Amino acid sequence: MASLKELKLRINSVKSTQKITKAKQMVAAAKLRKAQAAAEAARPYAARLAGVMGSLAGKVTVSGSSPKLLAGTGKDQVHLLVVANSDRGLCGAFNSNIVKAAKVKATELQAEGKTVLFYLVGRKGRAQIRRDWPNAIIGQFDTTGVREPGFTEAEAIANELLGLFEAGKFDVAHLFYSKFRSALVQVPTAQQIIPVPAPAAAATDDGAVVEYEPDEETILVELLPRYLRTQLFGALLENMASEQGASMTAMDNATRNAGELINKLTIQYNRSRQAAITTELIEIIAGAEAL
Amino acid sequence: MPLHFELVTPAKLVRSESVHMVVVPGSEGEFGVLEGHAPFMSTVKDGVIRVYKSENAAPEDIAVSGGFAEVGANGLTVLAEHVEG
Repeated sequence: MASLKELKLRINSVKSTQKITKAKQMVAAAKLRKAQAAAEAARPYAARLAGVMGSLAGKVTVSGSSPKLLAGTGKDQVHLLVVANSDRGLCGAFNSNIVKAAKVKATELQAEGKTVLFYLVGRKGRAQIRRDWPNAIIGQFDTTGVREPGFTEAEAIANELLGLFEAGKFDVAHLFYSKFRSALVQVPTAQQIIPVPAPAAAATDDGAVVEYEPDEETILVELLPRYLRTQLFGALLENMASEQGASMTAMDNATRNAGELINKLTIQYNRSRQAAITTELIEIIAGAEAL
Repeated sequence: MPLHFELVTPAKLVRSESVHMVVVPGSEGEFGVLEGHAPFMSTVKDGVIRVYKSENAAPEDIAVSGGFAEVGANGLTVLAEHVEG
């Protein structure tokens, strides 16, 4: 049985932990609202661009002369896994879920005899991936100095990826991030980003002939990197919202668990205190009787 | 009949309003869009979009870069990566 003092210290320590988790939960709730709003605001652009890409892709046939971003390099040997994580912990299994999804894919690809490389966004997944693939990380994008991922970051990441692609460092790129369903549910998602998968041709034939300036192919070449940037941006926003959601749920659980633990410890503390008092009384009475 | 004009960036919907005319710096030359323009798609040079609220109003300038313009049945939509002003 722990002594009274030990119990008291223990209760205090759990209480301060609970304070931290409670604060983090509230912060996450506030940030979640903001992240959701940001994700919502980004939707019109992504939807329009996807629409335009869809109608263009329906007009341009993929051939050897098509831009590499659409047609690929013609090989399927080197796969780059872009893993988007967060910079902070205290968000439950959020980061490890994404990393786990990436690891499964990497193992699968390796079993097929492909080469796997990693590009990491955010700080958290690094150690876990380095443990299994110590030499496969070819790049990392640091987001520690950024409060909210913006389009500037997406642009920087996309440009770096495009540079690597043009240098022939990889053939196919997959993006791993967490899709936001609700504060309770985040789905780790894998998505191929390079070569750009042709969006489903939208059936927007309203009879009118659309004029293109310059021609379809040139527009497509120009739009492809933009599409990539938008997708990355969308993924960053989803990730942000997911992180806050996961954090909120995890911290809610932690706060509740801490509360339960405090109750249990308090009962134990009171019992031992009572026991101590009883023993003392018995001792006094016994002493008095002996006289 | 006014023209419906939308300006969208990745971060948000910047404009969605009815205007008289918009002059867009297309990559193959400037073009003005009025109501009832034929369906049209063009890339946009980094430059200034001029928005004429009504026929005689002074134009409002919006600087954009990384843009793309689409004219369809529901008006003019400009997608731009960066917008100033």
